[in-house]
Amino acid sequence: MPFMRRLGLWVALLLFAAFAAFPAVWMVISAFKQDADLYNVANDPFVYNLPPTLKNVTFLFTQTTFPTFLWNSLYVGVLVVIITLALAVPAAYSLSRLVGRWGERSSIAIFMVYLIPPTLLFIPLYQIVTLLKVANTLWALVLVYPTITVPFCTWLLLGFFKSIPRELEDAALTDGCSRWRAFLRVALPLALPGIATCVVFAFALSLSDYIYAAVFVSSTASRTVSAGVPTELIRGDIYYWQSLMAAAAIVAIPLAVAYGLLFDRLVKGFQSEPAGGGA
Amino acid sequence: MLRAPASVGRAVRVSVGDRDGVLGGLMLAPALVYVVALVGVPFFLAIALSMASATVGDPTIHRFVGLANFGRVLHESAFPIALRNSVIVTTATLLVTIVLATMESELLVRDFRGKRLVQILLILPWAMPVSLAAVAWLWLLDSEFSPVDWLLRAAHLLGPGTAFGPAQHLYYYGREWLGLGAVVAINVWRLLPLATIIVLAGRTSIPRDIFEQAEIDGAGFFRTLFRITVPALASILVVASMFTALVVFGDMTVVALTTRGGPGYSTQVLPYWAYLKGIEAGALSEGAAVALFMFPVLLAGAIVALRVAYRTESR
Repeated sequence: MPFMRRLGLWVALLLFAAFAAFPAVWMVISAFKQDADLYNVANDPFVYNLPPTLKNVTFLFTQTTFPTFLWNSLYVGVLVVIITLALAVPAAYSLSRLVGRWGERSSIAIFMVYLIPPTLLFIPLYQIVTLLKVANTLWALVLVYPTITVPFCTWLLLGFFKSIPRELEDAALTDGCSRWRAFLRVALPLALPGIATCVVFAFALSLSDYIYAAVFVSSTASRTVSAGVPTELIRGDIYYWQSLMAAAAIVAIPLAVAYGLLFDRLVKGFQSEPAGGGA
Repeated sequence: MLRAPASVGRAVRVSVGDRDGVLGGLMLAPALVYVVALVGVPFFLAIALSMASATVGDPTIHRFVGLANFGRVLHESAFPIALRNSVIVTTATLLVTIVLATMESELLVRDFRGKRLVQILLILPWAMPVSLAAVAWLWLLDSEFSPVDWLLRAAHLLGPGTAFGPAQHLYYYGREWLGLGAVVAINVWRLLPLATIIVLAGRTSIPRDIFEQAEIDGAGFFRTLFRITVPALASILVVASMFTALVVFGDMTVVALTTRGGPGYSTQVLPYWAYLKGIEAGALSEGAAVALFMFPVLLAGAIVALRVAYRTESR
């Protein structure tokens, strides 16, 4: 590549990365600042004018309900992952192999179900969770979150199963295996990377919802991170900014690393061809 | 999604077709039943609700009031503003996101050192729970301590006697157009990763030799971009913009946690107004009616995306 072009590439990348990461960098800087440093308009906001402190992080974990929110999110996330896999893995396999051509081609329609906004459904769903007497408990979220994760993971896995050569299962079938056994013994092990991706996304999606969490659950003890942090850590006009930023960073940075490592896999999810481009 | 799937192994499959169909149905059924029960049913319940007079106190839908809720909502002064803002925010976000996503995918299609790290940084906004992202932006554009204001002051663009002056602060969330601008910026920021990934999927499917030929012919970066890349990507760009539009149009979190629709109703959007009416004010039916006003737009976006995607695939 000519030098000017390479320079242009790097400058452009730097600008995009700065735009994407700026709020996160600002979050991390703020989280360790002392009050006297943070709340002084004259100070350079990007450096530590006073020594950094762990006080705000300690405050977050000892004086607030943040640990409860984290625990609740984890609890809901794990259950949602289990339900999602139980529903999405067989559905994706069925669509990719068993129900004919329309199944293979349904991928984008399934992605659309994932895009149905919760704001269209939250009022009737609120009635349903009230009717089922799970309102104000974590079970309301466990019940409803798969509406987001099942379509997304079915879409992701559909691409995965399609990329597994049919010949492998066909060989097993000719050897006298039943279709179900071919699924369990041949297709499922080959789809493990896809299933692992689903675990990450189902967990992350259950963590990222705000509207259902805010509408269905109102007691502090059952709040999750997503709804709990903005509602409980902001008391009227009092914002615990450093602790808020610490809370956001603690959740966001691990998720960003997980998503970032799966970047290429997501790109492939939007392509119909098997991994590797032309194979 | 982008190319017709290869039809290999079809002959073998036909012979076991019947049993496969039964097993296929059984494996598909749980997911299908779940989605119908908790996406399909609520959708029709939303329609029923919007034509009843249900409140949080009396959530039954027995009393049929026809289109009265729609009429009442339509005559409120907040309605035209919320509709206008929803359309403005969606359109602006979509346009900026698609331009940036095309540029970003053009960068990411290349190989370079440190690509993993760049991917992590670039995908961060999408990985972050949207409510936490909104809180981070609330602080980033704080009325007093915004580092953006500080940078503008340092560059002598803000303050007495400067371009954005004379105040020391811009008060992003306290002004109608700055507030809407901030909402657009946040939405662009958080949806750019998804749009980039979709565009990148299309971009990597363009055969590489076309670009090599263009380079041999001496075509520059921008010439290649506008003559080859963008036309080849046209349909995937439509799909990416429809997806972006669907997410932005239906989102209330950003507005709910930053401007809160204010000042007054000036930055109100349909989904947040539906929430305020249906849940905060307890008028379930009116809230459902407001939410349903989003449906025609969402449906149109979905149809365009599906048609374009399937036309591309069958080509």
